[in-house]
Amino acid sequence: MKIIVCVKQVPDTTEVRIDPVKGTLIREGVPSIMNPDDKAGLEAALRLKDEQGAHVSVICMGPRQADTVLREALAMGADAAYLISDSAFSGADTWATSCTLAAAITKLNYDLIITGRQAIDGDTAQVGPEIAEHLGIPHISYCEDLNVEGSEVVVKRQFEDRYQILRAKMPALITALGEMNVPRYMTPGGIFEAYREKQIILWTRLDIPVADGDIGLKGSPTRVTKTFPKQMKQPGIKIETGVEESVQFAMDKLKEKYLL
Amino acid sequence: MTIKEKAVFVFAEQVDGQITPVSFELIGKARELAEKLDSQVVALLPGFKVTNLTQELIVHGAQAVVIADHLDLEHYRTEPFTQVISQIIEQYQPEIVLFGATSIGRDLAPRVAARIHTGLTADCTALEIEEETDRLLMTRPAFGGNLLATIVCPEHRPAMATVRPGVMIKRTPEEKATAEVIPFEGSITENQMYTTIQDVLKKGSSKHDIQDARIIVAGGRGMRSREGFALLQDLADVLGGEVGGSRAAVEAGLQDKSKQVGQTGKTVRPVLYIACGISGAIQHLAGMEESDFIIAINSDTTAPIFNVADVGIVGDAFKIVPKLTEAIRSERENR
Amino acid sequence: MDFNLSKEHQMAQQLFRDFAHNEVAPWAEETDEFHRFPWEAVRKMQSCGLMGIPFAKSVGGQGCDTLTYILAVEEISKVCATTGVILSAHTSLATDAINIYGTEQQKEQFLRPLAEGRKLGSFALTEPEAGTDAAGQQSKAVLDGDEWVLNGTKIFITNAEVADTYIVFAMTDKAQGTRGISAFIIEKATPGFSFGPAEKKMGIRGSSTCELIFENCHIPKGNLLGREGKGFGIAMSTLDGGRIGIAAQALGIAEGALERTIQYVKERKQFNSPIAKYQNTQFVLAQMKTDVEATRWLVYNAALKKDSGKAFSTEAAMAKLKASEVAAEVTRECVQLHGGYGFIQGFQVERMMRDAKITEIYEGTSEVMKMVISGNLLK
Repeated sequence: MKIIVCVKQVPDTTEVRIDPVKGTLIREGVPSIMNPDDKAGLEAALRLKDEQGAHVSVICMGPRQADTVLREALAMGADAAYLISDSAFSGADTWATSCTLAAAITKLNYDLIITGRQAIDGDTAQVGPEIAEHLGIPHISYCEDLNVEGSEVVVKRQFEDRYQILRAKMPALITALGEMNVPRYMTPGGIFEAYREKQIILWTRLDIPVADGDIGLKGSPTRVTKTFPKQMKQPGIKIETGVEESVQFAMDKLKEKYLL
Repeated sequence: MTIKEKAVFVFAEQVDGQITPVSFELIGKARELAEKLDSQVVALLPGFKVTNLTQELIVHGAQAVVIADHLDLEHYRTEPFTQVISQIIEQYQPEIVLFGATSIGRDLAPRVAARIHTGLTADCTALEIEEETDRLLMTRPAFGGNLLATIVCPEHRPAMATVRPGVMIKRTPEEKATAEVIPFEGSITENQMYTTIQDVLKKGSSKHDIQDARIIVAGGRGMRSREGFALLQDLADVLGGEVGGSRAAVEAGLQDKSKQVGQTGKTVRPVLYIACGISGAIQHLAGMEESDFIIAINSDTTAPIFNVADVGIVGDAFKIVPKLTEAIRSERENR
Repeated sequence: MDFNLSKEHQMAQQLFRDFAHNEVAPWAEETDEFHRFPWEAVRKMQSCGLMGIPFAKSVGGQGCDTLTYILAVEEISKVCATTGVILSAHTSLATDAINIYGTEQQKEQFLRPLAEGRKLGSFALTEPEAGTDAAGQQSKAVLDGDEWVLNGTKIFITNAEVADTYIVFAMTDKAQGTRGISAFIIEKATPGFSFGPAEKKMGIRGSSTCELIFENCHIPKGNLLGREGKGFGIAMSTLDGGRIGIAAQALGIAEGALERTIQYVKERKQFNSPIAKYQNTQFVLAQMKTDVEATRWLVYNAALKKDSGKAFSTEAAMAKLKASEVAAEVTRECVQLHGGYGFIQGFQVERMMRDAKITEIYEGTSEVMKMVISGNLLK
């Protein structure tokens, strides 16, 4: 079985802080990591490799330094890695990103494509389903558990208040939830192999069979017109006093607001 | 009936014969947008045996409903729903299509957007029509909730957006409202992109959705234990509210995920939010800072939650919460 | 010359840092308070390939190098010195001895399970009457047909009760003095091999430290490690490698204490300012940071030297000498900067100060390090 896992390198947004004076984002010193949902997807693929001997390729669209997440994936046990990197692809929204990735994927053989549900910087959860649409294959998102039975994938698909057990015929795409598993650590030997023995294949614009009108900023139907930090809500009254007084203060305020 | 041009379409999500509340919130917002565009709001209702739901949509402000009633649409599946929505859009050429950013909406909308080749903006918390251009301005959190971004879809139509539940405001229901119900005129074809539903398993948790709660008492890691959360339950009970939890509390096993408030949990805007032992990380604030009135109880005076609390109490929640519960209970009894 | 870690070493360092944070740190306090062997951390290390880092893949190792292994000891020791020495004794002493001196058959039988993380190793040289004077071995091994019969006691042995495979030294020909000592591989549960009670120690409390007692313990002839009479040389050269591990442990202890203290002084306020604003605090931190960085390069250099195939015992001794002194000094100053809180269990620096002490003593005292260094200097 051949599996392709899409991974993205993202800033660790849980480590980002707001400058208390300017109200702006402090981006320096924020480490780059493999997107957590993608890492869970990779782990799911590696488990299928352990159980069924699947071949796992990882693919990443990003700047050159994104090769680090591909090395990580190789060090965890992936068999092949592809970096799609070209300034022509930059500024892409989810349409252009998914077109580029789908076109790259057409160069490879696959039974199953796994993407993360969403990236912690873009937070859109759109690229996975859009890739599936461009490739004309079924997709199942919000995957909490994944099994392969013959020519079908069987997915425990999470909804707000229920689960569905869904089946799709391969080739298919699933989007993985971070809570789906606990990804394995890289091994020290895996890291050495990833850097010293394995190759990352670099694909630039000319390697990807995609139309100019579907890539990069120009190929993006949506545009960002501005970004701004959130309006900090103004603090109210803070008291630090004894238990009885605190309770009384809270009661007074609740009554004042007709909340009781 | 012709649907006006520049119409605003709203996907009416329904599960088990119940319309998901976000659909009403979206119709509410869509009415505002449609007014600015001098157009109308149309609800799209795919499902099976759902004709009885059209009136509810109209009562909440839909000015027309396109209904697709078909066996393949009985339970949500991506492909048949995508076929229906895509064909409706192709037929009626709306200006804007809105979906709730639910696990259904966030699955369906991208598939539709890719099928019809248009722009889609995810998880919006604000929507406006730009004065001079009539373009839809879609604002959404990015970078893990640390920033807001405003997005436009300059050329492609419709502009599509998924919208965060619990943010837009639904209209006061007009019981006497009427509107046209238009049947879907396209076709639904089973193809290789169909999936099969083998089983449906309900989750065990309570029927009380914290997103509907008027009052929420939430606990963080500072509440430490089940005993701590039991104190919060008592307070919630006496106030007639629900208990919620921060991500830290959920990860520590103190609270069910369905009760998680925050960027990766639920967004709530109750009338009253009492945060106990919650430090107030940005991811949590993103989920509750629109609450009307926020009381925070935390023993750490530097906790960021105090930056958004209307009333901040520095102290031990384990001591304060039970006393507060008692005070409220006797207040109620003495009335 | 490039003082930067290569990309693979950086990635490995990040792996060890994450691993230490997630899998080792949560157990550190309990390990110390209850003198408890950190099984959870060790089992995880075993299953993640961390117990065979510098050994060739052909013998079941990870195929990395000494520097990578040292980075692991360093990162782990930052959060738990006990777990650091468990890793170091297993890797540098027990497993490496077989790696360098074992026959192919011995490597397959004994080295592979150690490198693959299925078994734990231990190294037993020290005796009640033979510490720094290691040549004064009283344990005796006598050849009886197809077997060696071992009698004697070893003390202060790390990983004593938890290990599966032991490298044990004994006198096989008293008349030859140091050339009469031999090395043996002994497995747990060999009849005649038992343990004394666990020592209660000042630091690295979770490390299993016991006497090994041999009473007419019969060992197969094939378990002789290296040639008969070559045991002392084997012990000394193996210890050279072990010293780099201990140096990394001491470096990690110092760094762990320093990191916590930097955080503390930013938060602790006295006289309306964080104490980080006061020059005394700043100057003490500056000195500690400089000492730690100087130590780092001594330690990494010793690791690189070992892998280069050149003689490295002086470098190893210098690294251990310096690192252990710096660990003692840094942890002491860190406790002081914490004030009263530095003396209290929950703040961890008091444990780090107690943990640091042993690095000046075991695997060759600081005095022995000076003997090695001056011996090489004055040749």
